[in-house]
Amino acid sequence: MARIKDAREAAMVGRRSDGTLTRRPLSPHLQVYDMTQMTSLLSILHRITGVAWSVGLVLLVWWLVAAGTGQSAFATAQWVFGSFLGWVVLFGLTVAAWYHTLAGIRHLFWDAGHGFAMDAAYRSGRLVVIGTAVLTILTWLLILV
Amino acid sequence: MAEDSASIRSLRSPLGRARGMGSAKGGTRHWWMQRVTSIALLPLSIWLIFSLTRLMGADYVVVLEWIGNTFNAVLLLAFLTAAFHHAAAGLQVVIEDYVRDELKRFAAICAVNGLAVLLWLAASLSVLRIAL
Repeated sequence: MARIKDAREAAMVGRRSDGTLTRRPLSPHLQVYDMTQMTSLLSILHRITGVAWSVGLVLLVWWLVAAGTGQSAFATAQWVFGSFLGWVVLFGLTVAAWYHTLAGIRHLFWDAGHGFAMDAAYRSGRLVVIGTAVLTILTWLLILV
Repeated sequence: MAEDSASIRSLRSPLGRARGMGSAKGGTRHWWMQRVTSIALLPLSIWLIFSLTRLMGADYVVVLEWIGNTFNAVLLLAFLTAAFHHAAAGLQVVIEDYVRDELKRFAAICAVNGLAVLLWLAASLSVLRIAL
């Protein structure tokens, strides 16, 4: 058995039926999952969009602090958000925000013990994807119209 | 040997049995608060996203008026509080999952939580400065 490098691996040591020591596999990670399956893809997307929302939160702080600082600081912020790159980032954040919100509702249902059957999980997954598309389009229609 | 099987049957540590005080009770707090803040954020973020659509490219005075409105200022402060709690809690779990080195993990968790507090204070101060 290879040497243990991380203290947490000590809990993962087991014995084969012939008595020799072996290291049990750690919990599955990204490279183990089949990302062409909707369930695992939506799962990691929830985490990715959560991190994206955190970045968006920093942009919101900048916008608020600029507004509280004065006219010129606010003009700079509005110019950046109104630029082409600003719009691309804001559009991406809109997608991330709606996805994380809807997938979050899905997670709350799971936390309450509902929707674990395979067909229910796939159905709620499809609803989250469709809902994200609809709400993103609705949000940008409100901006552009 | 007999003592061994007895302790396995009870599923409690010897120290826990000696003290007899039950569980620590705080073990699920991090997980629970993430759910509580997520429920609070549900209406708050929907309100914020739709409000911001009307402020895209708006004039300075219009934005100041919107933030300065008592109703909006209160909801903004509530959103910022719940959002930074939720974001810091979520990012901490991501760090715990992916950063293996003990010292790096501790440093990253401290940095994320500290940064969240500072940004929350900065944004809240700005809202209060405009609203008051």
